[in-house]
Amino acid sequence: MEQQGSSGKGKYKVIGTRPIRHDGEDKVTGRAQYGADIMLQDQLYGHLLRSPHSNAKILKIDTSKAEAMPGVRAVVTSQDFPQGEISAGKKYARDRILASDKALFKGHPIAAVAAEDRWTAEEAAKAIEVSYEVLPAVMDVMEAIKEDAPLVQEGNTTSTLGGQDAKPSNIVNHTQHKRGDVDDGFAKAELVIEREFDTKAVHQGYIEPQNATALARSDGQITVWCSSQAPFWVRAELSALLELPLSRFKVVPMEIGGGFGGKINSYLEAPAVLLSKKTGQPVKLVMSRADVFEATGQASAVHSKIKIGVNKDGAIVAGQAWLAYESGALPSNWGMQGSMCVFAPYKMEHVLIDAYDVLTNTSKVAAYRAPSSPQAMFGTESVMDEIAQELGMDPIELRLKNAVQEGDLRADGPKFPRIGFKETLEAIKNSDHYKSPPPSAPNQARGLAAGFWFNAGMQSSATVGINMDGTASVVTGSVDIGGSRASMSIMAAEALGLTAEEVRPSVADTDSIGHTDVTGGSRTTAVTGTAVYEAAQDAIGQMKKRVAKLWDISEEQVVFEDGAFKSTANGHDPMTVKELGPKLGMTGGPVLGSATVAPKSVGAGFGVHVVDIEVDPETGKVAILRYTAAQDVGTAIHLSYVEGQMQGGVVQGIGWALNEEYIRGEDGAMQNTGFLDYRVPTMLDVPNIETIIVEVPAPGQPYGVRGVGEVPIIPPLGALHNAIYKAIGVRLRALPMSPPSVVKAIHEARKIAEPAAART
Amino acid sequence: MSKKRMVNATINGREQTLLCDNRMSLLDALRDAAGLTGTKEGCLTGDCGACSVVMNGKLVDSCLVMAAEAEGAAITTVEGLAIGSDLHALQQAFLAEAALQCGVCTPGFLVASKALLDRNPDPTEHEIRYWLAGNLCRCTGYQKILEAVQSAAAQLRDNPR
Repeated sequence: MEQQGSSGKGKYKVIGTRPIRHDGEDKVTGRAQYGADIMLQDQLYGHLLRSPHSNAKILKIDTSKAEAMPGVRAVVTSQDFPQGEISAGKKYARDRILASDKALFKGHPIAAVAAEDRWTAEEAAKAIEVSYEVLPAVMDVMEAIKEDAPLVQEGNTTSTLGGQDAKPSNIVNHTQHKRGDVDDGFAKAELVIEREFDTKAVHQGYIEPQNATALARSDGQITVWCSSQAPFWVRAELSALLELPLSRFKVVPMEIGGGFGGKINSYLEAPAVLLSKKTGQPVKLVMSRADVFEATGQASAVHSKIKIGVNKDGAIVAGQAWLAYESGALPSNWGMQGSMCVFAPYKMEHVLIDAYDVLTNTSKVAAYRAPSSPQAMFGTESVMDEIAQELGMDPIELRLKNAVQEGDLRADGPKFPRIGFKETLEAIKNSDHYKSPPPSAPNQARGLAAGFWFNAGMQSSATVGINMDGTASVVTGSVDIGGSRASMSIMAAEALGLTAEEVRPSVADTDSIGHTDVTGGSRTTAVTGTAVYEAAQDAIGQMKKRVAKLWDISEEQVVFEDGAFKSTANGHDPMTVKELGPKLGMTGGPVLGSATVAPKSVGAGFGVHVVDIEVDPETGKVAILRYTAAQDVGTAIHLSYVEGQMQGGVVQGIGWALNEEYIRGEDGAMQNTGFLDYRVPTMLDVPNIETIIVEVPAPGQPYGVRGVGEVPIIPPLGALHNAIYKAIGVRLRALPMSPPSVVKAIHEARKIAEPAAART
Repeated sequence: MSKKRMVNATINGREQTLLCDNRMSLLDALRDAAGLTGTKEGCLTGDCGACSVVMNGKLVDSCLVMAAEAEGAAITTVEGLAIGSDLHALQQAFLAEAALQCGVCTPGFLVASKALLDRNPDPTEHEIRYWLAGNLCRCTGYQKILEAVQSAAAQLRDNPR
């Protein structure tokens, strides 16, 4: 595998190495406790009754038959939330969990049952009688955006350019970014290409279904065990919905079986609490796979128009984007996020971006790895490829010519600090893969594309405790979804002059550490990592006082460098943290460093991917012959898990590009609600993914970390699209480029080509 | 109708009698009746392989086997791979190669990989990919899993456990 060395080599001792992860043994022996593994004394099993309709008024819910069934302990509906006047926003939040007046999508929870066993709970849910008035539903963004479309939310009006429209509509937000004059820009440009693109809804496809277990005690204290990316957000939502103070809740993060953004929203936690309140017993709820597909948050289906104008030398003059994002049945702002990504990698003088969030009768859209960027950049990277082809330019040279760097303005306004897009393009240009000749047999080709993600900031807390033997413990509130215990330990060890193995990491519940936002947005290593670094500095500051006492010098005369305390006065041998540990008790007691952080900005990430493919013209199947991904990660903390994030993201992107989609029937319902038919990539579908780690340290972050998880899902869509075009001569501007659509495209191209050939 | 029955099975070499609801799958029996929660539920339709166990020498999706069918069977789950504190070569290789991220598919991959290496100690890359195509991992992109299986296979050939 090709891999650049860590730029930190020499600079760092622990960062950029590959220690065994601390939670590894529990995860290879089956001991690790995931949410569904919990079993409490006297635990009941819950089940949700879900709407069979995509849009329906709920006229009546009769739970009496269900409640009378032997073994049934409680039935709850939306009526069991505190009632009374509520804001529109709070009603949306509550309705997402349990429907009140309307079932807004197929699979929308209507009621929840707790019973002695899961089969009784299921049967009781079926015995709940619901009267519906079925309404016309709208599933497609372009249908929903029409003036006469059925309204998903009667009360919704469009928030547009700082104001609020008066007329009800399915459009939640209209976001616009404007710079210069695009009409003028396109008029001056020597080549203008404008194309339309469609992407279907896709799902994160984490292997562990959502689950939650709650115990509401008679003293009013409530504990929830769940697999969530954001335990503090679960607590906040429960507090808001149940109208109880935060201090009444403890959310315990269990090990989490994947999320990719899909386990940020809570789904089952509130129903579990309502059922536990009613029964006085712990209640566990677990989703089925079909529920996961239908009723958690898919990523938006998107319709887009991308127009880019360039001069003959390839310099971009103007760019215009029109983006319509599926929001699901409840308001969201994914279009706004897409508008920030669509042209982010490229300098352009004239820009006009319009983005819309559109209500549809589908489950509320959730985050999915670099949320909104893949759909937006798919179109951009296709048009860039067409421009390169028209101009006869190498696709990397075209991108290098236009690539943003420090000081350039992002298309939507902000000025870039130091970034590594050019370095990443150069890394691919100089890669063994790109320098080798493209595959040249019939139906084979090479494609290339770039990706951008801004990476998230938000808030984190951490403590670093120095043990009495000079080893350390690190506590954070960031759920470990893929090795973050190891990366936190590495950063603490680097700061303290210890080994990764001498630092014991743990993920705390919401009682035991300060507020910490989501594990997501590629923020954990960068932002929680900053909190760990700052907490370690706090501990070092405290330890300097102890050293000063031991050496009978002033605190200012003690420095900490190369992993040891040193005296700027004379006559003292350096002392490591390990040596100081046993002396802490007699110099003032334990040392516990703590820190909270809320960075305003974090370093943006860029990736560039190159892929060689072969299309089978008979079946339309696309085989991947070789794949290389380069990415600026700032600084790689744990090399193996950085590579793993890149490889995993690429494979999810391959699935999105080539196979995955929500296939909807005439009634709008998803037809492929199992893994077999949804078809995520298997081990047999993908090749090895070569990774090139580029390290341009992010300014303002103690170790220069940018975050790595999101970017790699973005370029595969464009890279595969561009490769397929070169292989078959047709641009498939709708995803997925699945075997049926590839075969159809080949046949249509032949139909056009044959009569033309006959004329000559 | 009696809703429950006793199921006698040898699980990881230990004879057990489990009280099982008639509707229980082997997966439920392992998790809820035997308390062996290392075997995971991902789909309940036999598509993801997170619930892979070996039953009478055959690799099965335990969600598709009824608990009652396990009467008299010998079953190996992920909890049976290590001997005391000695991790199996596959477990060590998964750690060394960082072949897991969230870890929820890992028990299924370990059990399925062991079933492969028990049959074929020297599989080709394609044979590994083919055999493990019934186990889904959404985090790793599979490469490090492949490398871990290859590394464990080589180690077991040199030094059979």
